[in-house]
Amino acid sequence: MEFERHDAPFLTPKVDVASIMRQVLYALIPALVAHVWFFGPGILFNLIIACVFCSGAEAAMLKVRRRPVQPALSDYSALVTAAIISFALPSLTPWWVTATASMFGIVVAKHLYGGLGFNIFNPAMAGYVVVLVAFPMHLNLWTAPRMGDIDYQYPTIIETIRYTLTAVLPADLGFDAVSRATPLDQMKTGLSNMQTFDEIHNNPMMGSFGGRGWEWVSNFVALGGIWLMLKKIIRWQIPLGVLAGLIIPTGFMYWADPGVHASPGFYLFSGATMLCAFFVATDPVSAATSPRGRLIYGAGIGILIFAIRRWGSYADGVAFAVLLMNMAVPAIDYLTKPRIVGHRKFEKWHHKSRT
Amino acid sequence: MSAPTFDLGTLHGGLRLPILKDESTARVIQHVPVPTQLVLPLAQHAGEPAHPIVGIGERVLKGQLIADADGIISAPVHASSSGKVVAIEQWPVSRRLGENAPCIVIECDGLDQAVYLSEPIVPFEKQSPDTLFQKILYGGIVGLGGAVFPTAHKLMEATTESLEYLILNGVECESYISCDDMLMREHAMAVVVGAQILLHALRLDRCFVAVESDKPEAIHALADALTEVQDGRIAVKQIPTIYPSGAEDQVVQLVTRKEVPTGGLPTDVGCLVQNVGTAAAVYDWICQGEPLISRITTVTGDGVAAPMNVKSRIGTTVADVVNFIGGYTERAKQLIIGGPMTGKSVTTDRVPLVKATNCILVLSETPPLGTENPCIRCGECAQVCPVLLLPQQLYWYACADNEAKLRSYGLTDCIECGCCDLVCPSHIPLTADFRSAKLRMRELEDEQARAERAKQRFESRTVRLEREQLQRAVELMKQKERIKNAGPQAIQEILERSGKPSESDKDE
Repeated sequence: MEFERHDAPFLTPKVDVASIMRQVLYALIPALVAHVWFFGPGILFNLIIACVFCSGAEAAMLKVRRRPVQPALSDYSALVTAAIISFALPSLTPWWVTATASMFGIVVAKHLYGGLGFNIFNPAMAGYVVVLVAFPMHLNLWTAPRMGDIDYQYPTIIETIRYTLTAVLPADLGFDAVSRATPLDQMKTGLSNMQTFDEIHNNPMMGSFGGRGWEWVSNFVALGGIWLMLKKIIRWQIPLGVLAGLIIPTGFMYWADPGVHASPGFYLFSGATMLCAFFVATDPVSAATSPRGRLIYGAGIGILIFAIRRWGSYADGVAFAVLLMNMAVPAIDYLTKPRIVGHRKFEKWHHKSRT
Repeated sequence: MSAPTFDLGTLHGGLRLPILKDESTARVIQHVPVPTQLVLPLAQHAGEPAHPIVGIGERVLKGQLIADADGIISAPVHASSSGKVVAIEQWPVSRRLGENAPCIVIECDGLDQAVYLSEPIVPFEKQSPDTLFQKILYGGIVGLGGAVFPTAHKLMEATTESLEYLILNGVECESYISCDDMLMREHAMAVVVGAQILLHALRLDRCFVAVESDKPEAIHALADALTEVQDGRIAVKQIPTIYPSGAEDQVVQLVTRKEVPTGGLPTDVGCLVQNVGTAAAVYDWICQGEPLISRITTVTGDGVAAPMNVKSRIGTTVADVVNFIGGYTERAKQLIIGGPMTGKSVTTDRVPLVKATNCILVLSETPPLGTENPCIRCGECAQVCPVLLLPQQLYWYACADNEAKLRSYGLTDCIECGCCDLVCPSHIPLTADFRSAKLRMRELEDEQARAERAKQRFESRTVRLEREQLQRAVELMKQKERIKNAGPQAIQEILERSGKPSESDKDE
């Protein structure tokens, strides 16, 4: 009898890239619901636009690069990029801003570097940084979170769609009416105006740790992240590194002088810290790859977020911190090679082959 | 008595594979009858192939030496039943390299007539280690765990090292395979006495039998045998059921907490590892007078009708073995010799069962082709790698054919266990890639060695030529000197002899 030839091993793997990416998307659903609840339906439209442009750009680039389109599109990696971009952008964002971020992320940061697996920079963060620099005005327009005790006008669904398509709000609903400075902005300006942390924290925009609304979205992001950790889709090193890199310096400074420094809790639960720790920094392609390297990579991001928020000119520093550490990845990987079994600790790694 | 699980080393990573052994352990070991034809490859062991000492048409008996060990490392081959040698020819076999190999083909007469034992069986305690080593060599005994290194050589090489432990490897960590488990359950005494023989030959007094925790029956049987012989030198160690804890270096690491140094052997850390099957084979030969002419093999998978363990004569074709257990199912698609992680798939069941064949696995499914995605560097492969490599980086450098990086990332330390393949979400055949990268590296080394030799030859030739030239120059100078000293008369004589004009030359 004749048989087919194959290579060992003959057991088939049970995981695949598509299922990993799908689970990352599922893990963002609670945060998405929270986001809609606190900041209105804007993120849904951003998500749709980002998905269309990310997938479109991915398909187009694959065509141009003469690669099979179908398998690459069905790995959902473009959709993860789209989801992260839409979480990074304010809920009220004109469509061309989202589109620019998506296209830059996929075309330049991903495919010009060789596509999935070869990109040095996190595509979502690269795209976000481009629009942050190119459209600063649109990126600063954050609506206030839903707060029961404050009289506040919310744009309706129709108004949100209209704004997304045209960047025009109804006459009676000016920018000033809907937008609020983000907690990070308030903290930054407050501290530079010699206000104390407690004074700033008394503002109704502030919640128990971070900003109201923001901290709840952060909670749900973290929840999704922990679920991913339990499913072993992501490992603990990077999230722990990011959080520790942020908590340790901020905790130290807050302990030294709680008047002029924000609390570690504020750093953790405002801005995109949680999104970064569980969904952005954990992008395996652009992260360090050895377990020890990942801890260092995460810690570097945490420290950079702190430094940029504290002394930089941007309110949040996540995107820059991630991109900077992306650049450090080859060095981190090189310096954190684990000791191979059978090698001594400080041995130069050269071998004589077993004969 | 239960074996302790404490006091063990740890293994990084590894996998909990599906066990899938119950199918084949439900029945006791069945004996495959004498087939009509036996195919005995000359190279069933590591090292040089044996050379045939029988002619075509010759009648041979069961247990008769038909091919003798040849070269420094080699093992002999014995006829596993009586019959007539009909051919010595190329035959399909299952090997890492090459599809065909020279084999002695015997047409069996069904009488199974055994060769007369000329020497009486002497109790092993009365024999010197050297006699035992020689005997083990003649018995054609090789490591039955898979590497098939001639046992006698392994033992003799080990005596030059400072040994502490003999480790009998009964850790059968791959899915499906259960032949060692069944051997220990049914022939625990053979294993234990085999261990005593090996201890005696090696002059050691400590032996651990490493058995996985999912084999309580085997552990129990061993414990019973040990109580019977009352030998305090031998102890059973229970190893956690994690693949690849049964690989040689890994078993050493688990049992003794010592890491086998890179490029080294377990003897470098004072351990000698033998498969439990090898120990039983040593017992069969030294105490029963039967050379290695049969072995226990697991025949299993969803491609065979009735999975079980069989004892069959070496040289029985896979087709005959499968026929005996009830044939294939309709869905049989892949035939694998060895386990599902490190076995080798073959295209035909004409291949014979050899000393190394611990498992015949017939599967209905084939891996879907063309589903390989790009590596996303998720690092799961590094999480499971038992030797702490970074397969994701190795893969990168293997694609780029970067030999220096492959070396520094420890490609040669890869034990090819296949764990990384199984957790790769991109379905990259990492182990196969590493295997071919290793092959390329070896070829490159050979090439470099050749180039180096050529360079040396060239250099020594240049040196030789220069030396000769110098010698000629010195010779010439001496001659000139001689002539000068001899005076004008002599010069004239020489010139006349050579028949050249003299005066004009002299003036110049």
